[in-house]
Amino acid sequence: MIRNPRKSGRRSPLASASLLLVGLLATGGAYVAFTATTASANVDMSSPETIENGQKLFAANCATCHGQQAQGTDAGPSLIGVGAASVDFQVGSGRMPMQANSPQAPTKPVQFTEEQTAELAAYVASLAPGPAIPSESELVGGNVAEGGELFRINCAMCHNVAGAGGALTEGKYAPALTESSAKHIYEAMVTGPQNMPAFNDLNLTPEDKKNVIAYIQYHQETQSAGGLELGSLGPVSEGLFLWVFGLGGIVALTVWITAKSN
Amino acid sequence: MAQNENGSADVVPTTAPTGAVVGTAVVPADTFENPGLPPHRPRIVDLDPKKKQRAARFVVALFWVSVAGSIAAVFAYMFFPIESGNVEDVRNNTLFVGLAIALSLLAIGIAAVHWGKAVMDDKEGVDYRHPVRGTEETRARALEVFKEANEESGFSRRTLIRGGLIASLVAFPLPAIALFRGLAPMDVDPNDLLKHTMWKKGLRLTQDPTGNPIKASDVTIGSAYQIIPEGLVDLPEHEMLDEKAKAAVLLVRLKPEDLTWSSEERKSWSYDGIVAYSKICTHVGCPVALYEQQTHNLLCPCHQSQFDIANECAVIFGPAARPLPQLPITVDSEGYLVAMSDFTEPVGPSFWERSTS
Repeated sequence: MIRNPRKSGRRSPLASASLLLVGLLATGGAYVAFTATTASANVDMSSPETIENGQKLFAANCATCHGQQAQGTDAGPSLIGVGAASVDFQVGSGRMPMQANSPQAPTKPVQFTEEQTAELAAYVASLAPGPAIPSESELVGGNVAEGGELFRINCAMCHNVAGAGGALTEGKYAPALTESSAKHIYEAMVTGPQNMPAFNDLNLTPEDKKNVIAYIQYHQETQSAGGLELGSLGPVSEGLFLWVFGLGGIVALTVWITAKSN
Repeated sequence: MAQNENGSADVVPTTAPTGAVVGTAVVPADTFENPGLPPHRPRIVDLDPKKKQRAARFVVALFWVSVAGSIAAVFAYMFFPIESGNVEDVRNNTLFVGLAIALSLLAIGIAAVHWGKAVMDDKEGVDYRHPVRGTEETRARALEVFKEANEESGFSRRTLIRGGLIASLVAFPLPAIALFRGLAPMDVDPNDLLKHTMWKKGLRLTQDPTGNPIKASDVTIGSAYQIIPEGLVDLPEHEMLDEKAKAAVLLVRLKPEDLTWSSEERKSWSYDGIVAYSKICTHVGCPVALYEQQTHNLLCPCHQSQFDIANECAVIFGPAARPLPQLPITVDSEGYLVAMSDFTEPVGPSFWERSTS
């Protein structure tokens, strides 16, 4: 084999490797710095500049369906009075802007930075009073047991008792809560996104909401005691598993038992 | 040649019939030929004694694997204790004990089958079916036995005894009917239980599970409340569950202009767009509470019955026979939501005595 002439040249054999390392470090560092700045993006929600920026973003990205003044059109509902919490949930979870007009607004990669999301929320909140984005203190410290009872009474019928989600009518579904953040759960309860009923503070008090969040987070963090969950869908996935692998195994054994030996 | 139980040789056709079957006018041209038995094919273990030896050793090994599995189950029970009470520990205990026991049983089964298939002598034999019908002689004798028995016992002759026997046998199940009837609610009419719930005029609508009353102003458009009657939470647990199973209600608020009503009286059962419907499905009684606030559809998770809240909960899909019963509501002087009366029809699935209207 012929030796690579480069390796015997001026450069050290480690040059390309170290260059690669430097490049990776620089990219990673820049990424970390970038995400750190967006994560701590502290936007003054009431400043006219923020609202103006939000209005521009709104006109460019949302007005097609929700109307130039957010008054709503045939393609999308009015956003007057839905509040900052609604925008933060819909845009921050990637549901809006919607990809296509369909029965369900599915989650997808988030389209805006946190700063832009905050500006949009500030603009919509400036139109009329509505639910605000919850502060950290409204999300932590709930009671898991009490949250479980509330969840089973108010949420489990659609979202599944383990928060695995479930089907609704005509292509709609209640999404799984296995990845939802505390902030988004709170905002969903307050605003009632899409077909979910809204739970105002008289229906589920702020304390109740904390408890529900604690219960969902407990499910997100706790390993299933029963082993493989199969999506926590109960008899549907468990039955399918048994039909395919249990009965399949029995059929294979039966064929083996009755086949003549070679 | 195999012998049947009567000692005579079975008739085994060595060739297929030619096609002329008594009683058939048409002789089929493509009569099915009896292919006979497939040729005997020696197994590899019959040809090579070494292979047979190996198969035998494999069977022995499997039996010892089974022994090892049984011992492993005992050790798994010892080394995965459940005393801590953690569910994870209980899971591990069950899992490993189960796996070891499964291994020991499965190894016995596989060894036995492999023994039979690969090690035992491979002789093919055929047992032909023999006629099921007994000989004329046997049949005549059997009839005789019946006649003799009838003669000797006097079953036909002694009609009084026979009648007594039949009467006693008919009477014997009667206690069961009386006893099972006793399982029904004793001092109340079961029909009444099915037709009435805890709701009555002036009873406040309260929240499940706290029992807090609800003001009409608390119910914003698009919200859904899970409702139980006032005082339900104070009942003893068993009674509470019995009553809750009938009286559970879903309370939602729509824009009043979205609601359509068949009559003004029916409209008066709602309050400014707030409506209350029984949560018990009219199909087989599952709790219907999957409410979609934009489409106003209610979905039953058990059999996918769908009800339209905007249109008196009419059935729009699925096996439910009737709309969900509506609870007439209004507000009291303090602004709390109260029932105007009980449901005007029985809630839940059909039953015999339910009038069809």
